[in-house]
Amino acid sequence: MRWLRNNLVLLLGIAVLVYTFIPIFVVVLMSFNDPSSRLIYRFDGFTLHNWLNPCEPEGMCSALRTSMEIGLVATIGSTILGTLMAFALVRHRFVGRSSMNLLIFLPMATPEIVMGSSLLALFVATGFAGQLGFWTILIAHIMFCISFVVVTVRSRLAGMDDNLEQAAMDLYATPQQTFWRVTFPLVFPGILGAALLSFSLSFDDFIITNLNAGNTTTFPMYVWGVAQRGIPMQVNVIGTLMFVIAVLIVVGGEVNSRRRQRALAAR
Amino acid sequence: MASTAGTAPVTTAPASDESDRRRGLTGYILLIPGVVWLALFFVIPFYSLLATSLYDPNGSVFSGYEMTYHWQNYVDAVKDYWQPLLRSLVYGAVATLICLVLGYVLAYAIAFKAGRWKNLMLVLVIAPFFTSFLVRTLAWKLILADDGWVVNALQAVHLLGPDGRLLATPVAVIAGIVYNFLPFMVLPLYASVDKIDHRLVEAAGDLYANPFVGFWKVTWPLSLPGVVSGTLLTFIPAAGDYINAQLLGSPNQRMVGNVIQNLFTDANDYPAAGALSMIMMVGIVAMVFIYVRRAGTEELL
Repeated sequence: MRWLRNNLVLLLGIAVLVYTFIPIFVVVLMSFNDPSSRLIYRFDGFTLHNWLNPCEPEGMCSALRTSMEIGLVATIGSTILGTLMAFALVRHRFVGRSSMNLLIFLPMATPEIVMGSSLLALFVATGFAGQLGFWTILIAHIMFCISFVVVTVRSRLAGMDDNLEQAAMDLYATPQQTFWRVTFPLVFPGILGAALLSFSLSFDDFIITNLNAGNTTTFPMYVWGVAQRGIPMQVNVIGTLMFVIAVLIVVGGEVNSRRRQRALAAR
Repeated sequence: MASTAGTAPVTTAPASDESDRRRGLTGYILLIPGVVWLALFFVIPFYSLLATSLYDPNGSVFSGYEMTYHWQNYVDAVKDYWQPLLRSLVYGAVATLICLVLGYVLAYAIAFKAGRWKNLMLVLVIAPFFTSFLVRTLAWKLILADDGWVVNALQAVHLLGPDGRLLATPVAVIAGIVYNFLPFMVLPLYASVDKIDHRLVEAAGDLYANPFVGFWKVTWPLSLPGVVSGTLLTFIPAAGDYINAQLLGSPNQRMVGNVIQNLFTDANDYPAAGALSMIMMVGIVAMVFIYVRRAGTEELL
């Protein structure tokens, strides 16, 4: 009884965690489902068919490829722009700091439907209504990823001890050398984290993309389309893969940073 | 996100002091590309949205719109769509409240009780949300389905009538919203709770406060910054969401997002859609400003 009282909060917390995993179990399970009909969405039998023929549903893999291409370019663009901004925010003086903070915060606080519709209004007003597609999606994705990059890189930079940089300067390193040999390697994990976050935000976005996509179909838009007609089980294969890959990356990063910390401690 | 949530407190961050920051042009040069992008594709679009909301409603995308400063679009939008607007507010508020309870338990458990499993638990909090939003929501559709075990169990204990269902009810929509936006609550809450010096809570216990009083008088007030930003970050996307209402609800659960989406893509009624978007935006900006006046802009990020 005493044990229960001491650990009640922890048990409740674990219960909430378990709850967050319920749909994941369903997605993994359904990826092995052998459906009797496309219209009835329930588990009917076990099969490896979906995993062996992931690209069977028409249009799914091309949508997946579109999403990956957009995700990759949007990640590169937003990571560069956001990282530069983060350096300026932490390291440099400039006029208008609080409006800058607001400019970076607002895209994270604006509902996607509002951002998407105003961007669409802009494209229509400037005569780009006919050009909606890959490029307009890309523009939108870079826009809403920048803020998340700034926040992630900024917190890494702000938590960083600048004694190491001072030491490098004292040892006659030029500013360039100090930056590339000391500062950048220290900030890099933050930049990498920001890039991964951007990719997953871009890859998963539906609301803004849907408004500005024209005839281009991304993976979430494909899922939205088939949700009305009957979902091919391969969608769950992709869902499972996304989960597994993301977890592997996060765990890999964690293990790597622990190993580095241990190596530093041993030195 | 997990690795940044628990970064060192500000005292070890010498560079965040204004006097240590470098002067000169470099700062501006670093800012310009990002600021230009945000100005072009985030700020200016609001002007286009405002303009769109004031167009003559008799135009169409194909024939072109005429700017007539038709402010009655707003009156018509509220008159026609007050139900979805109200629904968005209510669903968003209820979902945020449930998220706050669930999220607080989880954040508290991770910060104070998890010990060496802290990092693992933080990773587990965000891990499920790496799967596609839509795929996750479709999984809930299966779980809450009419012949699913949840509905059967609720029918067995008579919480639900024999013909009762969860799908196409507000319950399913709110449950979906709670699930999908939970991390937006947990992470700010965790960042805030984790900063609390646990000795203060122990001190309250030493001074004969029972755990509930100790929590209410010590932990809760100290975690308020996280509560406020978590509430804001959860409520805003929750009220603007329409995926849950579409996949788990029926037309009777339509939220304002569904309406805006329909008006833009199917009905091609841009002025009404613009007006509804503007109404939402003004509401959100008002909330953010109230928050900023209380907390300042540095706390936002």
